[in-house]
Amino acid sequence: MDFTTFLQQLINGASLGSMYALIAIGYTMVYGVLRLINFAHGDIMMVGAFFTYMGTAAGLPFSLAVLLGILGSVIVGVLTDKIAYKPLREAPKISLLITAIGISFFLENLFNVIFGGVPKAFSAPEYLTKVFHLGNVYLPVTVIIIPIVTVLILSGVLWVLYRTKYGMAIRALAFDIPTVKLMGIDADRIISIVFALGSALAAIGGVFYAVSYPSIDPLMGVIVGLKAFAAAVLGGIGSVTGAVVGGFILGFTEIFVVALFPELGGYKDAFAFFFLILVLLFRPTGIMGEDLERSRF
Amino acid sequence: MKNAIIKLLLILLTFGIIAWAHRTLDSYTLSILNNIGIFAILALSYNLINGVAGQFSLEPNGFVAIGAYVTALLLIPAADKIDMFALVDPAPIILEMHARFLPAVIAGGVVATFVALLLSVPVFRVRGDYLAIVTLGFGFIIRIFALNSPAYTNGAMGLNDIPANANFLWIGGIALFTLIVMLHIVYSKFGRAMKAVRDDEDAATAMGINTFRIKTTAFMTSAFFEGVGGGLLASFLTTITPDQFSFLLTFQLLIIIVLGGLGSMTGSLVATILVMGSMEWLRFLDQDMVIFGMHTGEHPGMRMVVFAILLIVMMLFARKGLFGDRELPEFLKAKFKRKDEA
Repeated sequence: MDFTTFLQQLINGASLGSMYALIAIGYTMVYGVLRLINFAHGDIMMVGAFFTYMGTAAGLPFSLAVLLGILGSVIVGVLTDKIAYKPLREAPKISLLITAIGISFFLENLFNVIFGGVPKAFSAPEYLTKVFHLGNVYLPVTVIIIPIVTVLILSGVLWVLYRTKYGMAIRALAFDIPTVKLMGIDADRIISIVFALGSALAAIGGVFYAVSYPSIDPLMGVIVGLKAFAAAVLGGIGSVTGAVVGGFILGFTEIFVVALFPELGGYKDAFAFFFLILVLLFRPTGIMGEDLERSRF
Repeated sequence: MKNAIIKLLLILLTFGIIAWAHRTLDSYTLSILNNIGIFAILALSYNLINGVAGQFSLEPNGFVAIGAYVTALLLIPAADKIDMFALVDPAPIILEMHARFLPAVIAGGVVATFVALLLSVPVFRVRGDYLAIVTLGFGFIIRIFALNSPAYTNGAMGLNDIPANANFLWIGGIALFTLIVMLHIVYSKFGRAMKAVRDDEDAATAMGINTFRIKTTAFMTSAFFEGVGGGLLASFLTTITPDQFSFLLTFQLLIIIVLGGLGSMTGSLVATILVMGSMEWLRFLDQDMVIFGMHTGEHPGMRMVVFAILLIVMMLFARKGLFGDRELPEFLKAKFKRKDEA
């Protein structure tokens, strides 16, 4: 592999990793607070991409369509919590997991009924589909923009978590929900904020996905969701920075393994799974995580 | 002693009914019964890990796929395999594989059990809900492997002309056998240990139960019967492709065991009949309907939306399902006792 190819793949990996990181944050925050694998999270990302698609189809400018997508994801994400998870907070864990998978299946099939299972072409504005040639390196604008936007968003999320009162409340919830309630904090409102934040990031990830692959379908969230979850576990579930690190590691691995061993291309989607198994075997707390039962942001 | 005789008579009677159905019923009715029988095997074994041992898992489609492929490859004669594998030549081991029907089906179960062991070591080392996501991922991985190893699985084209040895005598008989085994496990020391792990893992550990071993055993037992069910399915359908073993299969089974009551084997049996029946009956939802003079158009997948809502509503309002975690006789006893007192 010469240097230009290396550079090319490095940028591609950063772009793919950004996408996983954005989605992994939602998993890790919900897990940190509720100890729940939110199976519907990948589908929330799909919802965001589809709302954006509807916005562009209705003739909205792209930026407004993305806002619509984020709004759609946030509403669906928060409603999911209110309708399906909140009534079961005191119930056995298995009930919560079953409803989560039910919501996931519901969203996939609802969008399948509404839009049909055939992938829809996603039309991004021209300024996002341009391609630069830097010497031999082939650079689509999206591949440069995605990591930059991701880094900006992540700094925002970390600022919210560590520098605001809401962030403090979220981190406190991850420690002990009953005590937080005793401190006079409306725990349910904070949990809604966690879902809203996670869903918004997932929607942005979904738009990035849609722009990069340029097509969307109702099942797009399944595999990406699984991979993002694996990324969250790899980084240490419950840790936001861990989720980002895990996302980037997974992104680079997928790109570089396929670049070095093209015959493994068909198995690309399986790497995340092997990461998951290896992490569980050798370091269940992930890279940044502490004790699994007590992991923190 | 008296109980044992009653049990034996019940088993013989049920098998008699199965044999009678096999001889007299027409092929359409039998194909419905075969379908129910296979789903009953899958639901019963799925309920063991989810309902009795309380470890939420989403594995059935993966293990059913393993069982189906292993059984199919053992049943298809070598000459047919050479004709069938259009993409690349079959691997030598695939050509050598051959077995009669029952060993082939059991082999499917054994391979699934072995894979379950491989999965349970990393998963059960950590506590919590990783089993669900790992098994969900596993279902996709199996599909990726089936698609990418054409020398072993014939890729996306799947396997055709699988000898149709699975008749209702086999399927009904194995379903009956599965029910007996599952009930025995539930009422055994192992079953009580599984329930203890489900209800309070800390307390179970404190009582000296090796929770890792209990969970692994439950998972492997489920996997065995799911593999066997997969083998029967392959021989019943005579064609299998990787796309057949999608998450939809797991989802249907999840609905069945939740409806019957997590932990209730007889509940799963009753729910299998109800759900398989309503799947057929609700087919109209996918078709064009006229509501207030307006055509709705065809909506493939509408049934699944309804079933997903059904599952969520059941979890929210009727978490216990039909029988809770009790078996049918206990459930009836409790019902009638309450009536007598009233």
